Amino acid sequence: MTLADASAGDSVRVTALADDVPPRILEMGVLPGTTVEVVRFAPLGDPMDVRVRGFHLSLRRAEAASVLVEAVGEDAA
Amino acid sequence: MSRPSDAPHRIALAGNPNVGKTTLFNALTGAKARVGNYPGVTVERRAGVLKGHADVELVDLPGTYSLAPRSADERIAHDVLTGRLAGEPAPAAVVCVVDAANLERNLYLVAQVLDLGLPTVVALNQIDAAHAAGVTLDADGLARDLGVPVVPLSARTGEGLDVLREAMLGLVGETAPAPEATSDGRPDWPLLPIVEPEVAALADEIHRVRPTWPRRRARAEALWALSNDVLLAPWAEDEPIVHAAAVAGKARLDERKAPVRQAEMIARYGVLAPLAQRHSTRTTDAHAATTSDRIDAVVTHRVWGPLLFVAVLAVVFQAVFAWAAPLQDGLEAIVGAVGGGVRGLLPAGWATDLLVDGLITGVGNVLVFLPQILLLFFFLGLMEDTGYMARTAFIMDRVMRRLGLSGASVVPLLSAYACAIPGIMAARTLPNERDRLLTIMVAPLMSCSARLPVYTLFIAAFVPAISIGGVFGMQGLAMLTLYLMGTVMAFVAAWVLRRTVFKGEASTFVMELPPYRLPEWRMIVRRMVERARLFFVRAGKLIVGLSVVLWFLAAYPKASPESLPAGADRPPIATEAAPMRVGPDNAATATPDPSAAIAVATQDAEARAAQHQIEQSFIGHIGRAIEPVMRPLGFDWKISAGLVAAFAAREVMVTALATLYGVGSGDDDVVSLTEALRADRYPDGSPVYTPLVAASLLVFFVFALQCMSTLVIARRETNTWKWPIVMWVYMFGLAWGSAFVVYQGGRLLGLG
Repeated sequence: MTLADASAGDSVRVTALADDVPPRILEMGVLPGTTVEVVRFAPLGDPMDVRVRGFHLSLRRAEAASVLVEAVGEDAA
Repeated sequence: MSRPSDAPHRIALAGNPNVGKTTLFNALTGAKARVGNYPGVTVERRAGVLKGHADVELVDLPGTYSLAPRSADERIAHDVLTGRLAGEPAPAAVVCVVDAANLERNLYLVAQVLDLGLPTVVALNQIDAAHAAGVTLDADGLARDLGVPVVPLSARTGEGLDVLREAMLGLVGETAPAPEATSDGRPDWPLLPIVEPEVAALADEIHRVRPTWPRRRARAEALWALSNDVLLAPWAEDEPIVHAAAVAGKARLDERKAPVRQAEMIARYGVLAPLAQRHSTRTTDAHAATTSDRIDAVVTHRVWGPLLFVAVLAVVFQAVFAWAAPLQDGLEAIVGAVGGGVRGLLPAGWATDLLVDGLITGVGNVLVFLPQILLLFFFLGLMEDTGYMARTAFIMDRVMRRLGLSGASVVPLLSAYACAIPGIMAARTLPNERDRLLTIMVAPLMSCSARLPVYTLFIAAFVPAISIGGVFGMQGLAMLTLYLMGTVMAFVAAWVLRRTVFKGEASTFVMELPPYRLPEWRMIVRRMVERARLFFVRAGKLIVGLSVVLWFLAAYPKASPESLPAGADRPPIATEAAPMRVGPDNAATATPDPSAAIAVATQDAEARAAQHQIEQSFIGHIGRAIEPVMRPLGFDWKISAGLVAAFAAREVMVTALATLYGVGSGDDDVVSLTEALRADRYPDGSPVYTPLVAASLLVFFVFALQCMSTLVIARRETNTWKWPIVMWVYMFGLAWGSAFVVYQGGRLLGLG
């Protein structure tokens, strides 16, 4: 699944990044193996607020779709 | 214009946005920055002298997350640090400003800067905020692992500044370490095995042609050339052999489907993450909700978020309009008094007229913007500093995306409801240059407050003060319609421009939501004053110049005394009814008192003289000359002349019309102007103004760019006359076309 499919409150781990992933996302530290916590979605449903490496990042769903993730257990949250 | 000074030592400040870099810059330079633009781009260059050391210049680079050039800001930061920017040699040293509470991501940029091999010191800023969040950092350990001095400090409180200053001076003084010594290979960035051989090979090629570069720089440049086309391109001209090798290397990597674009990030974070963990300890639970999180739960809440946003906007606009108006009136009174005083002191003549009506009025035209600019920038600064601005972008992005803009354009565009000028200046905060330009291009369509006097006059004159269903006043509805038209057209224009002039791939909207911070009032006020000063200096000269030109066009040719209409008892316009005077109790009465009648008659004479003057002035001629173009819209030469005069500032339209109709322009004459408008007739007896003409004029006014100050600021912000001209032309086309449709369409429907 991709980060865009996650729901608020989910904690996921990045498995891979699509070829067309915006480089900015990589520079912000969203890399294979990184834990990402989905905090919430904006009032209009887009973009999404995620927590990564200790800070908050706003991503459009379309951009989040290029981040492939897997769910992690509750203990990682 | 800020240009590199002759100071022998230049130190650059680099760092992520929101780390307090500018606060540190202010603290180090005593906040005496010279602000200008880098040539050819809308990126600001801020430079200053280190307090107490006139030979050290500090350059505050734009905040960036990486040196890989993806935006104009990053290009500038990269080019300055690598010495690629024409006219600006590479700095002697770099201070990397890092947010202590956000170490990992901040270190990414530090890692890139270290690879360049320049003498570097890391300023671990906001150490106080980190302590408060329960995070302690081992600066010495970091320094050991990074190979450069690390100074913990708080730019806000001043803690650690002296140590930083010493470290900086140590980097540029006679005892400055040679670049090689500061780049002894620590730390190393192990690359993915699939990528490593190509990078190593290309690094060797680069080292051959750039032997003075430290090895780590050759390696970094090789990686950049292989992963980033923008950084590959310059090699073609500089060193074709390297370029060819890079292209070949890229091809091989692509063939093997190597993730070369991710290679740099994976390599750097792979080392930085454990490094940061090693040297920071947390005494609080990393996943506990911080105060910031709790605030966000409300601010970006599905329901409360938008409501709060509307409330904030309401407060800001209310404050701006309530406080700006009296300040503007005060300023106009002062300018008027100064002008009157000067006129009293000097002999009558063209020189005095030039000084008073041209220059002093011109300066007044600039000053009158200051209250709104100051107030708006105060609030914009407050929103930016606390972190709220990012949330407004977060909330509104989805809407703005439909137009090809991003959420970051919302507040600059909304500011334009008060005045387009701060809105255009605020567009600077947009990370994407194309978004910046697009926002600047449509901002003037948002109905600014200067249009209000014109809207009010014509609505009062021609829209009946009745209400529909006893609830909705027609006049109020008319006003609302005008505002909506401006807003809707701004969105449409953005949409169209995005598909035509500003075509291109979709920009990304990856944005940090910084933690909320208490505002730093001193810095907000300082920035507010700086922005106002920038407006004054950049736009001021041109506005004053244009004011003088417009004065000249209105004052010349001088009406000769013989051509003045004789007698004060002649009615000013061809009409049966004399204009009604409004008495102090606002009741329209005929003037009963003889001395008052004389006063009225004298004022009439003055007004009539002014009217005659403007009728046969250049502006009058221009008005008559463009009348054929304006007739299809229902405008006569007087309206056309008024439009030309109103180019100085929209509210001038009212005064210009007042003069043209021989009405004095005091407040209590608004009613008489209204009456004068209603009563005006063409030679054949048909009314000049019908409600249809009024509608047409209002529509014209909604869309036309009737503000030379806006053009001037747009020119300053975009660094070229091209965009302001395009702006004026498309808005004029819009205005003319819409007024045409309204007027002719109305005529067809039999409404005229």
